[in-house]
Amino acid sequence: MIHTPHVDWFSISTILDLLGAGGIALLGAVLVPSAWRRTFAVTVAALGSLGAIVTSVWLYVDSANGHRVIADSFYRDRWTALSQVLICAIALATVLVGAERIREHESEFYALLLMSTAGMAFFVGAANLMTMFLSLEWFSIALYVMCAIDYSLEGSLEAGLKYLVIGSFGSAALLFGSALVYGATNRIGFVEIAAAARSHDLLLVLGLAMIIAGLGFKMSAAPFHMWTPDVYQGAPTTVTSFMSSATKVAAVALTFRLMRTAFPQEAHLWTWGFAGIAVASLAVGNFAALVQKDVKRLLAYSSISHAGFLLIGLSAGTALGGRALMYYLIPYSAMAFGSFAIVAARERELGKPVTLENLAGFGWERPFLGVALWFFVFGFAGLPLGGGFVGKFYVLSAAYDHGWTWLVIVGVLATLVSLYYYLGIVRAIYMRPAAELAVTGGSPPREALLQVAVGAALVVSVGSLVAVGPLITLAKHAASALPF
Amino acid sequence: MSTGWITSLLIWLPIGAAIALWILPLSRYAIGSLAVLVSLVEVGFWIEQAARFDFNRGGLQFSERAPWIKDLHVSYHVGEYAFSLWLVGLTVVAMAACIGYGFWVGRDRSRAYFGLMLLLTGATVGVFVAQDLLLFYAFFEAMLIPLYILIGVWGGAARLGATIKLLIYTMTGSLIMLAAIIVYGLKVGTFDLVDSPTSASRWLFLGFMLAFAIKAPLFPFHGWLPDAYREAPPEVTAVLSGVIAKAGTYGMLRIALTKFPEPSSYYRTVVLALAAATLVYASVIAFRAADFRGVVAYSSMAQSGLITLGLFSGTNLGYDGAILQMIAHGLISVSLFIIAGTIERRTTTGDFARLGGMAKGRPALATLLMTVGIISLAVPGSAAFAGEFLILAGAYQRAWWWAVIGATGIVLAAMYMLRLISAVLHDARGPAVQNEALDLRTGELTLVVPLVAGLLLLSAWPAAISHHSFAGDAPVDAVSGQFR
Repeated sequence: MIHTPHVDWFSISTILDLLGAGGIALLGAVLVPSAWRRTFAVTVAALGSLGAIVTSVWLYVDSANGHRVIADSFYRDRWTALSQVLICAIALATVLVGAERIREHESEFYALLLMSTAGMAFFVGAANLMTMFLSLEWFSIALYVMCAIDYSLEGSLEAGLKYLVIGSFGSAALLFGSALVYGATNRIGFVEIAAAARSHDLLLVLGLAMIIAGLGFKMSAAPFHMWTPDVYQGAPTTVTSFMSSATKVAAVALTFRLMRTAFPQEAHLWTWGFAGIAVASLAVGNFAALVQKDVKRLLAYSSISHAGFLLIGLSAGTALGGRALMYYLIPYSAMAFGSFAIVAARERELGKPVTLENLAGFGWERPFLGVALWFFVFGFAGLPLGGGFVGKFYVLSAAYDHGWTWLVIVGVLATLVSLYYYLGIVRAIYMRPAAELAVTGGSPPREALLQVAVGAALVVSVGSLVAVGPLITLAKHAASALPF
Repeated sequence: MSTGWITSLLIWLPIGAAIALWILPLSRYAIGSLAVLVSLVEVGFWIEQAARFDFNRGGLQFSERAPWIKDLHVSYHVGEYAFSLWLVGLTVVAMAACIGYGFWVGRDRSRAYFGLMLLLTGATVGVFVAQDLLLFYAFFEAMLIPLYILIGVWGGAARLGATIKLLIYTMTGSLIMLAAIIVYGLKVGTFDLVDSPTSASRWLFLGFMLAFAIKAPLFPFHGWLPDAYREAPPEVTAVLSGVIAKAGTYGMLRIALTKFPEPSSYYRTVVLALAAATLVYASVIAFRAADFRGVVAYSSMAQSGLITLGLFSGTNLGYDGAILQMIAHGLISVSLFIIAGTIERRTTTGDFARLGGMAKGRPALATLLMTVGIISLAVPGSAAFAGEFLILAGAYQRAWWWAVIGATGIVLAAMYMLRLISAVLHDARGPAVQNEALDLRTGELTLVVPLVAGLLLLSAWPAAISHHSFAGDAPVDAVSGQFR
């Protein structure tokens, strides 16, 4: 007979809530008449993710003493809870953006969205190699389908397939790496791996390298970034905004925990490894973005370069680095989500892909979205219009604190390069005369919910500059759950 | 002293007003009026502050402090020394004149325009009162955001190239300064400018100096200047040369000289040589410039060189003269660019070849341009004469040849200013000057006359500033005592 472990149901309430809502949304596909289906699915998804935010906030408050639950396979601590809050908030915003534009397979779309959110919420709390791999596949498979959900569009199908193939490659690397680590230590729990690891174990180091590669795929860091521009460009923009922010939060949060918990003895290796990946991402992301014309591709490369910045914080490997990382993720995910959502609005208006050319005049036509995009891209560039500024300052401080002045200089130079293309977007929306566009006529769709989501992202991005203190305190409590 | 709120108000009132302008549904006329009103209220608050200022007391006055990023010891710390009081005064007066000018010429897209001008006011005041390095940096960068859009949207035909140059140049400097700030702040354990000790690091000094030398600008970091000054709308050029360039020289005094005494004296000769080169080079080009704005632009650059010469002479007279000259030249430059704007509106050009003979039948224009021109070429008895004399006397105390080079610059100033006056006002009537072109109207006089009156007042009593910039009339001691 299999022994059943004690289950702390509250610790996984966020995940259960999302799964339940996902199931109900899916049932809507067969039980709810088609006229009501969209409203039903949107409502269920919105309520589900709202509930998930509530439970994860509750978990944050109630998990001051982090510990492992359910046969030591899942972390109930503030690092998990804070990442979950972020991920669920992004999911809620995605529901708002999708509400007015997903017009086919609504039930399936929202069910997949909730399922993949649940997967990410589980992923960030994973405490052993098994739960880590399973939850990674869990949210990835849902994302593969979401990318391809607009299968009438050529790009969407291509994006889904590309993500599937390359994503599977990443998963395989992760799995192989996990197997090697297991082979070296005979353990799968993160804490146990650290305890059992012998120094100078080649098998373990090889496994660690492959795990880093596998996770690198998910956070779209160079040189594991090849899929990012194509998938971000081809996927429905609603999905892109979700992927660019939520996946990154999940991957980065888990990676930092995994490194600190399972491989503290190898810190001298992975700090250098991540520093190298950070430099590669900054170089690839920024230089490739310079020549992009398609705004989604441009933002995709920008997302690669921000993976680089996040990894600067991660590579410091210190408590300060962890705080910096957690803080950076808050304004970053708001800005990334918001900017893709605005691109989605323009796309809908034009009925074709958004390029720097046909973005001309956008700022004057739609003042609110224009100002928001202006704030987001300047925030990306690290100008003091939002928390991106403090985030950059923080990760660079973490790098200096770790003794890596050279990394500070690399980060500063990368920011300098990035200015050119971020300014290009602002130039396009305000300073170019509006091009003759084949707009179908009439005023642009109102999309009140999309505007609400963008407004919320704007509030978070600017608010995180003003309320640095409280947010840092949150991040500090979260990071204190990790061993240093 | 619990009067720190005035300092904060001077920063946040215009920023709050800018946001209000963007949100409130006001008419075009109401928006302009409100912006002018706010800029005048700023002047009022500044006068209130100046009246309460204790010039005999050393140390920071009107200060306010609140923690911002606790774990890195960053705080929101603002306050004023006597010299910052004068620079804040220059800022609010110049911005009031320039916002008034924008209202008078009826800039289109008024909501965006006036909002950005107010944002610029707040950010610039912030630079002069920030007493925390990160806060200083944030405002230093924040000035660029409205400038970028103001030039890019309301500027001349070649504005896009000009904005890119301006941003890339200045951001190069300021990002390197960011790296220096991080290294310095973390090394000494605080980012507070009042508490932090001095440093002997030459690298850090160079990091800061580069940013200030680009902003001022000093030769050979002035590549952005000609395009930006020519393409920006006249009132924005006025702010750029009259006020924002002073942020560079202010930074030299407040940070480079004060926090890095050893490196300052190590690199003194280099900086003095650059300053002297700037003075002579820019004066020669000003003499050859073919248009009104070209002359004033390069004369501003020459003045930056002169001010730097005064500051880095490291003598009592040099410091006093530099502060006086910053204010005097600020007023001169704002007046000249606004007059340039009025002339361009009447003749559509600033080319000397197409101008001439404007004095005839336009007594107000002729009188004002003559007065400002004469003051700017440092006729004995003028404010600029007092400032330049003090600077040269200070430079002489350092070594006689600096004074000789400085004096050459002043002779050149007489040449290019007289050339400008005769090319615009006298000579034969140019092809672009119509008989119907009116004299200055009441609205324009309201803007320029107060500035000129201020200059005349300063000419009559230069000691108002030169004896009231540093406590105890010994600037050298004040600087070496870090103004405590």
